[in-house]
Amino acid sequence: MPDGAPKVLDVRNLNTVFRTRTGEVHAVNRVSFDLEKGELLGVVGESGSGKSVTMMSLIRLIPSPPAEIRSGQVLFDGMDLLEVDDDTLRDIRGARIGFVFQDPMTSLNPVFTVGFQLREPLMRHMGMNRREADRRAAELLELVGIPDAARRLRDYPHQFSGGMRQRVMIAIALACDPEVLIADEPTTALDVTIQAQILELVRELRQKLGMAIIWITHDLGVIAGIADRVMVMYGGQVVEEAPVRALFKEPRHPYTRALLETIPHVRGKRAERLEVIEGQPPILGAAPTACPFRDRCAAAVEICGRENPALREVGARHRVACHLSDTGAGSGAAPEPEGAHV
Amino acid sequence: MLNYTIRRLLFAIPVLLFISFIIFLILDLAPSDPTGNLPLTIPPEVREKIRQSLGLGEPMYWRYLMWCKQFFINEPLNIWDQWMGTCSFNCEDRLRVVSYVTRSPVVDLIVERLPQTLWVVGMSYVVGILIAIPIGVISAYRQYSWFDQAGTFVSMVGFSVPPFFSGVLVIVIFSVQLGWFPSIYDTTLKVVDWDTFVLQLKQMVLPVMVLALQTTAQISRFMRASMLDNLNMDYVRTARAKGMKERTVLLVHVLRNSLIPVVTVIALGVPSVFGGAIITEQVFKVNGIGQLLIIGIQGGDAPLVQTLTFIFAVLIVLANLIADILYGILDPRIRYD
Repeated sequence: MPDGAPKVLDVRNLNTVFRTRTGEVHAVNRVSFDLEKGELLGVVGESGSGKSVTMMSLIRLIPSPPAEIRSGQVLFDGMDLLEVDDDTLRDIRGARIGFVFQDPMTSLNPVFTVGFQLREPLMRHMGMNRREADRRAAELLELVGIPDAARRLRDYPHQFSGGMRQRVMIAIALACDPEVLIADEPTTALDVTIQAQILELVRELRQKLGMAIIWITHDLGVIAGIADRVMVMYGGQVVEEAPVRALFKEPRHPYTRALLETIPHVRGKRAERLEVIEGQPPILGAAPTACPFRDRCAAAVEICGRENPALREVGARHRVACHLSDTGAGSGAAPEPEGAHV
Repeated sequence: MLNYTIRRLLFAIPVLLFISFIIFLILDLAPSDPTGNLPLTIPPEVREKIRQSLGLGEPMYWRYLMWCKQFFINEPLNIWDQWMGTCSFNCEDRLRVVSYVTRSPVVDLIVERLPQTLWVVGMSYVVGILIAIPIGVISAYRQYSWFDQAGTFVSMVGFSVPPFFSGVLVIVIFSVQLGWFPSIYDTTLKVVDWDTFVLQLKQMVLPVMVLALQTTAQISRFMRASMLDNLNMDYVRTARAKGMKERTVLLVHVLRNSLIPVVTVIALGVPSVFGGAIITEQVFKVNGIGQLLIIGIQGGDAPLVQTLTFIFAVLIVLANLIADILYGILDPRIRYD
């Protein structure tokens, strides 16, 4: 992507907190990032790193209570999505920002036909009548590669396979030509061949429709295959952000490097055992005052326990949040994940 | 679906025959005596003669077969003749199921009693459902709000306070103290004009209130639980992500899914409406089906009890079938063929 393309989404200093019986959990801390027109931003991180909560916070789709968006700004088309009233937000959801969820088996309403669920956003946002919406729904199903689309509109979700249902979900998200598509682990629940098909489909649709995509995953192989830029999250904050080549070539954050090392190799000598990152990700009871990764970090020094590092520019559009990022901790080439997954 | 319904109906025939036999066996084993309520001055020989004349001297299986013949063949023929005004298969000698005590045909007794029961108990069921569903929906949507807490409290009261208490309580409050409504249900009242219609409504209020409290308590709890189950489902998030209005999300997406189990419960409850509310009918002197059953049991009136109980059995079997069919209609994942 050329540098300086117009931004469609600009997130600044987002903080989301869950209030639970045992106290607060700070799920998203000081997250800032932007999304350029037509760009595919990959978001990686292990379970509980705050990827999904961040993206759901953008359009206030997290259940509240218990969740609470403490502060931040989400700038979209001159509006702050965290400030606008509910009606305006509903006009944006599904129309200008589409969402695809992780589990296609449960994300569609079981008692309504696929056609009904596809027509809904069309009639709501595009002001179509039923017949127009029907025609457009059939086009959309064809677009996502479901054969015999007009007839399939009358089928219920349980009559579709998992991969087909995810295609339907994508068709729903694309229904009103959104400027931004947020895909929350859309291929995690699918088996590998279906996953490859969905990835191919998204790549194709992106060329055809030119929208910006945020792709949440914990599969680095997928990221390597489709992303323009990657954002690595840990403990509810962004620890590294870089163009995809730069990230895989020279990862600067110890967590990113550790992540890349966990990818098993297909070629070469067979590993005795799989690489792992020892320990558990933290559950943050308060806003972090130290580096959240320090307990699992091999290179941790005294300052890591004292101060939470801020994101710093270390290269062309390459930002890292690590105290050691300029002391040569970025040496040592990480393995290329090509062919590792998918 | 049609195939399935026909298959189920055919299967219901042996089930119901078996049930009718079991009912007959149990009634026959009961030590009740149809002459027990007669004056003590009647000597035992006369009592024995009365019993013989009622057919109690015949063997058990013979009496069962006679009941079967009378109920399954003679009664339908009789209804046919009444409708068409004909007299088929020498209708003069046709034996009907006759009550031991009143010597009138049991089916006529039931037909006489049914309107009161349907008016009071049926109306209370409908009222209860109409109140319960919105309460359940709102309670779930605003979980732990003051509305939900109040609903929980009312349901708890409705569940735990028996109608012989709540019935007497509302009589004391609304008829004795306030004098708004009559305490006794007048069956002889005929609705001919506006005034009598108002009277009819007034006398229905108290029994309907008592019974609807119970129905509301049960169904609103059910509805709330079912809504809560569905509100956290992924498809609700999808509907919101599509930008649908909160009303649409709740009343289209969630409600339709939540109604599936509740409709089944409602359908299964319908037989109890026809069965009458035995205690509430006693409290308010509604001479409905429930009261008829009590009188029959007390008088050792085997044909009456046998017939009534069997009709309940038919209704229960039918309600089960209807519940299953509704389930299939509401939930596209269930197909019977």
